[in-house]
Amino acid sequence: MNRDYETQAMKPEEYSRRNQELGGWAISIETYKLGDVYHCAIASIDPGARFARADGSTREEAEALAIEKAQRYLAQTRKFPAPS
Amino acid sequence: MMTNTLPGVLVTTDWVAQHATDAGVRVVEVDVDTSAYDQGHVPGAIGWNWTTDLCDTVVRDIVPVKKLEALLGASGIGNKTTIVLYGDNNNWFAAWAFWQLKVYGHDDVRIMDGGRKKWLAEGRELSTTKPAVEKAAYKASAPDVSIRAFLPEVQQAMKAKSARLVDVRGPQEFTGEILAPPGLPETCQRGGHIPGARNIPWGKNCNDDGTFKSSEELKALYASQGITSDAPVIAYCRIGERSSLTWFALKYLLGFGDVKNYDGSWTEWGNLVGAPIEK
Repeated sequence: MNRDYETQAMKPEEYSRRNQELGGWAISIETYKLGDVYHCAIASIDPGARFARADGSTREEAEALAIEKAQRYLAQTRKFPAPS
Repeated sequence: MMTNTLPGVLVTTDWVAQHATDAGVRVVEVDVDTSAYDQGHVPGAIGWNWTTDLCDTVVRDIVPVKKLEALLGASGIGNKTTIVLYGDNNNWFAAWAFWQLKVYGHDDVRIMDGGRKKWLAEGRELSTTKPAVEKAAYKASAPDVSIRAFLPEVQQAMKAKSARLVDVRGPQEFTGEILAPPGLPETCQRGGHIPGARNIPWGKNCNDDGTFKSSEELKALYASQGITSDAPVIAYCRIGERSSLTWFALKYLLGFGDVKNYDGSWTEWGNLVGAPIEK
């Protein structure tokens, strides 16, 4: 038997996922619209960790804000010399 | 050593869409990004925060038993409830929650194959409403430490080669080129890996859509690195959540009899004074 939930369920629209490079790191950018809000999340390709996100009233706004955050976080990632 | 595949621990997104609000079923979202649940979740699902709900917030440890019992009770989960976990990052922290629920003996725990990624990609409904939950009573079992490795056991395994160590982090973390996944905080003083460990990144368990690979593919993957069910295995990563996913794959998808998650992981080992490290 189903529980009677008061849910406001909506289908995500305009879902997209793409890969690109940012600051020398391979990242994926996932964006979708739910209601009136665009949600964007950015993850590293390796190891696949979601590390920045933002919302906006347009896709461009949400992605620009998320990418700005991602750039800031990635700039803090130190690289040490690879073993010889 | 016995091999026992348990396919009932994975459910599809279709199954969840049909059963998420059934009596006796509780769907729970657990994400790396603790704000993801509020951006829209499976209708009827509740959200757990791994940084507050699924750990001891004073001592570094898994969730204490009384806190777990309170969390499950407040989530409307009784001892007979079917718990279905899912989350972002191909179920990293869903697997972390699964592992802790097994430590405390919950019988019927499952993972939604593909997690949040697949649900979203399929355009399925999301809700921003937190469901009203009727509280339940929950009594946890004594912790099952047969699925949890502590530091002394890992040190012994390294020295005596009494268990195979699987480092599931990315190759750059394994070699010490970076100390944490790009964009995430560093939690250790030194990079590298535990001597003798094999690097089999967690992502190799998964398909592009976030689902787990077939048992045949997984068996071949691990066998190619000498990881087979005839010897004990200890998996580790940085803080224990990615290794929960590998632990899940080895124990429940491949049926390995003796596999443990070392949740202390590199955050513990890479901060130890004098601990041997390979790069």
